[in-house]
Amino acid sequence: MERDEESSGLMMEMCTNGGGEETSNRRPIISGEPLDIEAYASLYKGRTKIMRLLFIASHCGGNQTMQLEALRMAYDEIKKGENTQLFRDVVNRINGRLGDKYKMDSAWCESVDRRAEQKKGRLENELSSYRVMKYVVLFMCCLVCLHRSFLVNHYLDNETNLIKESIRMGHNDFGDFYYACGLLSDAFKNYVRTRDYCTTAKHIIHMCMNAILVSIEMGQFTHVSSYVNKAEQNPETLDPIVAAKLRCASGLAHLELKKYKLAARKFLDVSPELGNSYNEVIAPQDVATYGGLCALASFDRSELKAFIPLRFFSLVAKVIDNINFRDFLELVPEVRELINDFYSSRYASCLEYLGSLRANLLLDIHLHDHVDTLYDQIRKKALIQYTLPFVSVDLSRMADAFKTSVSGLEKELEALITDNQIQARIDSHNKILYARHADQRNATFQKVLQMGNEFDRDVRSMMLRANLLKHEYHARAGRNH
Amino acid sequence: MNSAESLIKSIQGLSASPGDLSALHGILKKAEDSLRNNWDVQLATLEELDPSIHSLGYLYLLEGLTRGSVSKGKTSGVVLLMARFINRCDAGQIRLASEKFVTLCKRFKDRVLELEDPLRGVAPLVSAVRKVQVAAKCLTALHPDCLQLCLEAKCYKAGFSILSDDILEVDQPRDFYLYCYYGGMICIGLKRFQKASELLYNVVTAPMYQLNAIALEAYKKYILVNLIHSGQVILCLYFTKPYYEVGNRYNDGKNYELEAVVVAHSSDFEKDNNLGLVKQAVASLYKRNILRLTQKYLTLSLQDIANMVQLANAKEAETHVLQMIQDGQIHALINQKDGMVRFLEDPEQYKTSEMIEVMDSVIQRTIGLSKNLIAMDESLSCDPLYLGKVGRERQKFDFGDDFDTVPQKFSM
Repeated sequence: MERDEESSGLMMEMCTNGGGEETSNRRPIISGEPLDIEAYASLYKGRTKIMRLLFIASHCGGNQTMQLEALRMAYDEIKKGENTQLFRDVVNRINGRLGDKYKMDSAWCESVDRRAEQKKGRLENELSSYRVMKYVVLFMCCLVCLHRSFLVNHYLDNETNLIKESIRMGHNDFGDFYYACGLLSDAFKNYVRTRDYCTTAKHIIHMCMNAILVSIEMGQFTHVSSYVNKAEQNPETLDPIVAAKLRCASGLAHLELKKYKLAARKFLDVSPELGNSYNEVIAPQDVATYGGLCALASFDRSELKAFIPLRFFSLVAKVIDNINFRDFLELVPEVRELINDFYSSRYASCLEYLGSLRANLLLDIHLHDHVDTLYDQIRKKALIQYTLPFVSVDLSRMADAFKTSVSGLEKELEALITDNQIQARIDSHNKILYARHADQRNATFQKVLQMGNEFDRDVRSMMLRANLLKHEYHARAGRNH
Repeated sequence: MNSAESLIKSIQGLSASPGDLSALHGILKKAEDSLRNNWDVQLATLEELDPSIHSLGYLYLLEGLTRGSVSKGKTSGVVLLMARFINRCDAGQIRLASEKFVTLCKRFKDRVLELEDPLRGVAPLVSAVRKVQVAAKCLTALHPDCLQLCLEAKCYKAGFSILSDDILEVDQPRDFYLYCYYGGMICIGLKRFQKASELLYNVVTAPMYQLNAIALEAYKKYILVNLIHSGQVILCLYFTKPYYEVGNRYNDGKNYELEAVVVAHSSDFEKDNNLGLVKQAVASLYKRNILRLTQKYLTLSLQDIANMVQLANAKEAETHVLQMIQDGQIHALINQKDGMVRFLEDPEQYKTSEMIEVMDSVIQRTIGLSKNLIAMDESLSCDPLYLGKVGRERQKFDFGDDFDTVPQKFSM
C-alpha cells in the first residue's frame, strides 16, 4: 500500500542517517500526546488492525470522538475483508452514531456469506479429490512393490510427492479461508493438519508461521512458544526476516506470560531488517516499546548498559545487538529518552515520561494488562537504585526527585525494606534514611546459639520418641508372647 | 490379731539391712492377702511404727488401710497421716515396692482433691516424685499427678522444679502425654512460653497409633503458645478450625480482625479453657507488630507507632514499648520530650566472659546429648526385638548379600 511504502522508505532513510532526527512529516506514534488513531492503525494490516481498533474503541474511556474514529476505521477495514461476524459486531457498537454510511449492510453480508459457502464447497471438493488420488496412488505403489519395477516406483514416488503437496496446499487454503472468515480454531486445526504433508523445511516454517499468527490472534500464547521452538529447530534454513519474526512472536508470548526478562531479551534480539514485514502481528515501534519497558523493569544496571544503546555509549559499543536495537529505539524517542534518564539517574524526568506515555500504552492490545506491573517494577527499581550509593538520604529531597510526598515515600520505602530490597532504616523523626549493614559477626554468634538450642531440643525430642516407640514394641511383644 | 501383731513385730525387726528387707518384703507380700480379709488394724497400730525406719512395712499397712472408702470426717486425718509418711519415708525401702507407693500417692492425691485443698498435697508429692525416681532422667507415674496438683493449687514454682529435669526415658506413654500436657500448662502459667512450646511439641509429635484426646488438647494450646512465643503460625488440622482462623488473622497482623474472630469463637475457646491463652495471643500481636517496626525504623514517634499498630493513643503505645524494653524483647530509648522512640541495635557484642561461659555450657550440653544418643543407638542395636523386626523386613528388600547386618537367626 502507498502509505506502507512511504513509511518504510522513511525508515530506510533514518537507518542510513544513523541519527535520531525525525523527518518533518513523521510524528512519533507512541508519545505523550493523545493517540493519532489513523497513524497508529497504518502501522498494521490484516486482522490485527481491526482487533486493535476495536480494543481502542472499548478502552478509550469516555472519549467519544476517539471511539467513533476507531469504530469508523474498523468498519472500513472489515468491509475490505470477509468476516461478517465482526461486521455485525462493529455495526452494533457504532449504533448509528456515524450516520447512514456506517450502518448495517445486510446485502453485503449475504453476498459475502454466499461466496464463502461456495468457496468452502470448492475447497472441500478439491481436498477430497486429492485424498482419493492419494489412496489410488498408494494402492498402485503396493502393486508396484510386488512387481518391483524400479522406474515405475520412481514415477510413483514423484506422484506421491505431488499429491502430498496438493493436499498440503488444500489444507493451507482452508486455513486461510477460515482465518479470513474469523473462524480461528478451525483455521488453526487446518494449519496444523498440513504438518503431515510437509516435505521440506520451508513448508514446516510456513506452517509454523501460520499457526503462530492464529494462536496470537486467539490469545493462546503457549502454542505460540511451542511453534516458535519448532520453527527454530533448523536455524540454517531460516531467512533473517523469518528469524526476526519468530523472535518477535516469542517475545510477545513471554510478555503475555509475564516473563518480562525473557521477553526483553527476545525483543532486543530482533534484527532491524524486520521493518514492516510483520505488520500483521506487530509493528517495529512496538518492538522498541515492549523491549525497552520490559528491559527497564527487569534488567539490572550492567545488563541495561550492555543491551540498550545509549547516546554516549553507542559510539564505543561494537556489539551488533546494540546497533540493532538503536534503530528501533529511534522510532519511539520518548522511550529512548526515558531509558536514558533512568540510566543517568534523572528519575523525575524518567517518571514524567512514563506518566505521559501511560494513557497511550493502556490502549495497546498486548501491553494493556502489564502496564501497571511494569510501571510498578520500574518505580521500585528507581527507588532502590537511588538509595544504593548513599549512607544516608534526605527523604524530602528524595520525595522531590520522585514527585511524591514524604509520607507516601516513607510508606513505599517501608514496603521495600520489608521485602529486603533495601538495607536501610528510616529515621522518622528527622526524615532521613540510613543505610544499615548487617553485622556479620554478631549475626553468626546469634545463629550459632540458636542452632545449639535447636539441636538440644530436637535431640531430646527424638530420644523421647525413640523411647516411646521402644516401649510400644515391648508392649506389643509382651502381648504377642 | 495375732497375725497383725506378729507382722508388726517382724516389721520392726527386719527393717535394718537390705537382706532383711527383702525377707521382710516377702513376708509382707504373703501377709497382704491374709490381711486383706482380716482388717482390724487401726490407725493406732501404725503409731508403733516409725515411717522413716520401717518404711516398707508402714507402706503396706497404710496402703491396705486406705484402700476402702473413708468417711468425710476422717479423710482429713488420713490425709495428714499419708502426708507425714510420704515426707518421712526412706527412699531406698520405697523403691522395693514402687507400684504400691505409687498407688498410695495417687490415692493421696484423690483425697486431697476431695478435700479441695490441693496445696496440702503439693509438697508431699514433690518429695514423693524425687523418692520414686530412680534416676533424674526417668519419668515416673507420679510426675503427672504431682503436676496436676500443682496446677490445681496454682503452685507453679513447685511444679517447675520438677519440670527442670531432662526426661529421657519413658515407660508409659500415657504418663508421658499427661506429663507434657500438664507441664506445658504450668509453663504457660509461669509465662515461660519457650519451655511450654517444647513440652507441648513433644506431646503433639509423640508416636501414637490412635489419636489421643490429650494430644488434641495439647495441640490447640500448642498453636496458641507458638503464636505468643514466636509469632509463627502452625499448619492447623481441620478439627481445630477456630484456632486456624486465629492463626490466619494473626498472620495478617490486624488487631481488630483478630479480636473479631476471637469474639466470634469465644464459646469454643471457653469450652477448651483456652480463652485466657487466646487473650494473651491477642495482646502479643501488638508486641509482634512493634517488633516488626524496629526492623524498618530508626526513630519513630509514639503517635506513629500507635497508628501503625492500631493502638488507641500514644500513651498506650508508650506502655507497650516500655513493657517490651523491660522484658528485653526490644532495645530502645524513649524520649518523652519529643514523644519519640529511638530503636537501638542489640548491644550484645558477644565479647564478654559471660557470653563465653554461656557458649561453653551449650557446647558441653551438646556433647553430653550426643553421648546419650550414641549410647541409645548402641543399646538399640543389641535389642532382640528390634533386630527381629529388622530381620523380618530385610527379607522384603533384598539388597544383595554384601554383608549380614543382622545374623540369620533373627530372620523369622
